[in-house]
Amino acid sequence: MKRTFLPALAGAALALSASFAGAATLDTVKQKGFLQCGVNTGLPGFGNPNEKGEWTGFDVDYCRAIASAVFGDPTKVKFTPLDAKERFTALQSGEVDVLIRNTTWTMSRDTSLGLKFAGVNYYDGQGFMVKKSLGVKSVNELSGASICVQSGTDTELNLADYFKSHNMQYNPVVFEKVSEANSAYDSGRCDAYTTDQSGLYATRLQLQKPDDTIVLPEIISKEPLGPVVRQGDDVWFNVVKWTHYALLDAEELGVTQQNADQMKSSDNPDIKRLLGVQGNFGQGIGLSNDWAYKIVKGVGNYGELFEKDLGQSSPLKIQRGENALWNKGGLQYGMPIL
Amino acid sequence: MTIQATSPSAPRVERPARSSFLNDPDKRGYIIQAVLLVLVVAFIWWLGHNTAQNLQRLHIASGFGFLNERAGFNIGQSLIPYSGDRSYGYALLVGIINTIEVAILGIVIATIVGVLVGVGRLSSNWLIRQLATVYVELFRNIPPLLVIFFWYFGVLAVLPNPRDAINLGLGFSLSNRGLFTPKPIFEHGALYVGIAILVGIVAAWALSRWATARQMRTGQQFPSFWAGLAVIVVLGAASFAATGAPLHFDIPVKTRFNLNGGSQLGPELVSLLLALAIYTASFIAEIVRAGILSVSHGQTEAAYSLGLKVGPTMRKIILPQALRVVIPPLTSEYLNLMKNTSLAVAIGFADLVAVGGSILNQTGQSVEVVLIWMLVYLGLSLIMAVLMNWYNRKMALVER
Repeated sequence: MKRTFLPALAGAALALSASFAGAATLDTVKQKGFLQCGVNTGLPGFGNPNEKGEWTGFDVDYCRAIASAVFGDPTKVKFTPLDAKERFTALQSGEVDVLIRNTTWTMSRDTSLGLKFAGVNYYDGQGFMVKKSLGVKSVNELSGASICVQSGTDTELNLADYFKSHNMQYNPVVFEKVSEANSAYDSGRCDAYTTDQSGLYATRLQLQKPDDTIVLPEIISKEPLGPVVRQGDDVWFNVVKWTHYALLDAEELGVTQQNADQMKSSDNPDIKRLLGVQGNFGQGIGLSNDWAYKIVKGVGNYGELFEKDLGQSSPLKIQRGENALWNKGGLQYGMPIL
Repeated sequence: MTIQATSPSAPRVERPARSSFLNDPDKRGYIIQAVLLVLVVAFIWWLGHNTAQNLQRLHIASGFGFLNERAGFNIGQSLIPYSGDRSYGYALLVGIINTIEVAILGIVIATIVGVLVGVGRLSSNWLIRQLATVYVELFRNIPPLLVIFFWYFGVLAVLPNPRDAINLGLGFSLSNRGLFTPKPIFEHGALYVGIAILVGIVAAWALSRWATARQMRTGQQFPSFWAGLAVIVVLGAASFAATGAPLHFDIPVKTRFNLNGGSQLGPELVSLLLALAIYTASFIAEIVRAGILSVSHGQTEAAYSLGLKVGPTMRKIILPQALRVVIPPLTSEYLNLMKNTSLAVAIGFADLVAVGGSILNQTGQSVEVVLIWMLVYLGLSLIMAVLMNWYNRKMALVER
């Protein structure tokens, strides 16, 4: 069976290989000439193949940003679609170089899986959606409901904790794949569907009658989503981490895909350092000095990616909210390149 | 066979002088086996050691200590009391019990349907024969996963929601949340009714033994089945009335979302069960047909000529002989059905694989969880194989 096959394969890999994955990921990536990126099997806005079969989404564009930083070419990525259960094993076993699959940063994942979170590219929170016809206005009215949830997610745990702490009963119906959970909710098997709020908006669009479903206002958990790498490879960890900061710094400094070339002649020292005109910052992470220029030239800055994949130019129309820059009332804060 | 046995005249003392140590097939055999054993053990040790080392080097937690930690997630279907506060180990037990439940129910249904269809394929009635053929050819050629989806998304999902549930009367109702039935609640005194029924069953069994013995002795028949049934019913009914009817039913009532109370057969369980039973029954039908065909037609003719009717001929002459051919391949089908229960993950039934999957993701300990999966399925399969082999020996031809 495919679902159990991957963990089993990883187990076999762990058992048989004498040494692997300890090697520097950056060198391996440069050597093979492309980045192997683990993404969602199908979540509009984050990782989803479009009708032409091309991968689109915010997480997918982060993969392209890393490829741009390393190769100066956003197309040098191969995508591995992973479900919730397969994702960590795939990263641990070295099948993917980086996992960018709307994965929540939690302590246990950060400390006991042999993995490291390289930042938060999207601040999310768990929400619920229900059929309008039920007349439910709040999560606290859901006692006794059947709730569809994806297995192997912290969503499953948050759900249990929230209902327990509010003395409410529920009947979980647990699916492995988003698509299976969706169709079960659509067919009325469940009264409510729970996942991260961004995921709810995306899922709602895929329903047969999106207008019959409303997303409830409450957020019951913190869901900081971010890229994940293997523990113990600091060079690669830095590449992924600073790709994220470069995207944020570029937005903050007003450097866009369009004006990146002009900006190279800017007088602003921050911009000069970001675009590699001044200083040797690229060397510190094993890349060329114009690494950040390549990122912005390749995919754009954080704001541009958000707008294209999640914001007003996308079908999802999600507000920036907590994902606005720190100086615009949000939480996104790019460390200075200095 | 030893050298001695093949050449009994050769005196043992001369052998060392004639043949070197390596040329002695006896000793050589032992050496080869010993070397193989050492190699296999060393390989397994190396696998385990290397895995542990790699896990440690990659900073991945390992060991089975996680089984005692709090699980935290809820499980929709459980035969034993379960909450998120229980341990991962207990959650796995819930999954194992659910797997066994589906396996046992599936095997019972598949066997009944399979035997009926198998006999039907040999029926003299044209319509029954064609229907049975269509059944077999249809269901054994569709992958079981698709059959599960067919029942789950195709049939059960189109039922109305619980508020507009189809009322089947007597507290039974059908909706897309499954089949709701009244739940019997036993009060004080129900124990005596149970004892009375048990006594009735023992009496019926004794009656049937006596009837068989008498028939062997005198040739006279006695309607022991009906008489036994009457004994059980009369004893049960009398004690039920005497103890003041110690039974009432908890009937499901509609609430805002679901029906509450009563017993519920969820659509996940029902579709999994139907799909696996129907799929496996098509194979069992073919096995039964082959078994019946293996009994020579002369047996049937002999039974008829002794005056036996069609039913008794089948039950007492044909099927017991067919069973000898049927049981070994039947064992394989039962094992297949049990392993196929792992397809449950696709529709959200909390079987061993589904629960293990959740645990695997919460703890990240894939090697341990995969190991547990394999050991449990292996254990269940071996237990079933042992039981079926025992039954096979019991049914095998006893040569006198």
